[in-house]
Amino acid sequence: MGSSFLSVERLTQRYSDGKGGEFTVFENASFGIYKGEFVCILGHSGCGKSTIMNILAGLAEPTAGVVKMDGIAVSGPSLDRGVVFQNYSLLPWLSALKNVTFGVAARFPDWTKSQVIEHSTEFLAKVGLTGDAIHRKPSQLSGGMRQRVSIARAFANEPKLLLLDEPFGALDALTRGTIQDELTKVWSGTDQTVFMITHDIDEAILLADRIQLMTNGPLARVAESVEITIPRPRDRTAIVEHPNYYAIRNHLVQFLGNRSAKLAGRDTAGETQSPETVRIETTEAADDHDEGPHLRAVQA
Amino acid sequence: MSSIAYKALNPFIQVLRPISPLAWMPLALFVIQDSEASAIFVIFICSIWPMLINTAFGVAGVREDWVNVARTHELSALKTAFTVILPAAAPTIVTGMRISIGIAWLVIVAAEMLVGGTGIGYYVWNEWNNLDLTSVIFSILMIGVVGMLLDSLFGLLQRAVAYAE
Repeated sequence: MGSSFLSVERLTQRYSDGKGGEFTVFENASFGIYKGEFVCILGHSGCGKSTIMNILAGLAEPTAGVVKMDGIAVSGPSLDRGVVFQNYSLLPWLSALKNVTFGVAARFPDWTKSQVIEHSTEFLAKVGLTGDAIHRKPSQLSGGMRQRVSIARAFANEPKLLLLDEPFGALDALTRGTIQDELTKVWSGTDQTVFMITHDIDEAILLADRIQLMTNGPLARVAESVEITIPRPRDRTAIVEHPNYYAIRNHLVQFLGNRSAKLAGRDTAGETQSPETVRIETTEAADDHDEGPHLRAVQA
Repeated sequence: MSSIAYKALNPFIQVLRPISPLAWMPLALFVIQDSEASAIFVIFICSIWPMLINTAFGVAGVREDWVNVARTHELSALKTAFTVILPAAAPTIVTGMRISIGIAWLVIVAAEMLVGGTGIGYYVWNEWNNLDLTSVIFSILMIGVVGMLLDSLFGLLQRAVAYAE
């Protein structure tokens, strides 16, 4: 993992349980993300996904361990790490455009006002927001449009790492599909690294290069790192036909259904917890639901 | 406002807040020794509390997410205060100001009656001494109308800073 753009090293998070004891969310968790990669993290509620996200964003401090980006330890929030929050977090007293220019002006303080507006409008257009809509307040926009503004704000800042915390969690399936496409479109034009939390297996397969699987908390760990061996560009209707799709999907469902609970709660005994890399490659028809023989587990 | 600062200041605020303007007057006159300045002090000390409490309440209630947005954009403390916290807390702060201006107007009339010399409060008392009840009633109405205008002025300001979530 030496060549990773972002490396998480022996991250530990403990909270006091209010009775004088300690509650360990995860311990000695380690994993890496390469430059330009789109990584999704899947796991049940309470396994510490959001905690990891907040630590990566610099909004929270881990009990122990470090996060290194480009070889430099991360401390505190930075414009190099953009965040899209689950509840959009737009400033309600500013228009959609102002919400984006606010970020752009902070990122590029030397730019003139018209440069900032031009850049912001361009990114809003990339997520499908044009014309009158960009001058409306967030309360006058639909949930999907608000999340578009939030994504535009994050991308317009051109951060080295983009963190998405369940960005589509509150949206209906149709809107979610459109915005997923827009996200892929904006992302594929850049060399940005994306780290996204999601609960949706299909969404993760559609978007990610790699999926990190987390076991249940407490004492959760990133147990597996599943490569998505479906070539890009991916189309939501076409990828289900790909022979690897159901093999990967079954593997993920099995993990979340059974193994996430079985693997949970193990004391790490001071060992570094790195995920096992799993690569599922099959050329056979996807009607074979037993993916066992095609599965190769490689120790990272 | 940090919770320690809040806990430290709150008892003082709660003790000072219910004190009547008339009770302050003798002390103010003794310490300041100038009737005009004493009147201003009494108006200040009586009307500051709703504004202070609402400001503290409004700032404390700013959503964590918005502060996080400021943090992830590396805004300085001063910039965060002006671009995020002030607009977010503005509706609550202006509500406090609206209550304060109402109290200030009440206290002005009372203080003028005590201090004498100028103002509508003095005028009312003077006309009472002249037994000119028509002027007294007219003054009372005027006090009401001016109070209403001041309040609606702050109502407009409140509407200007309001936002829908």
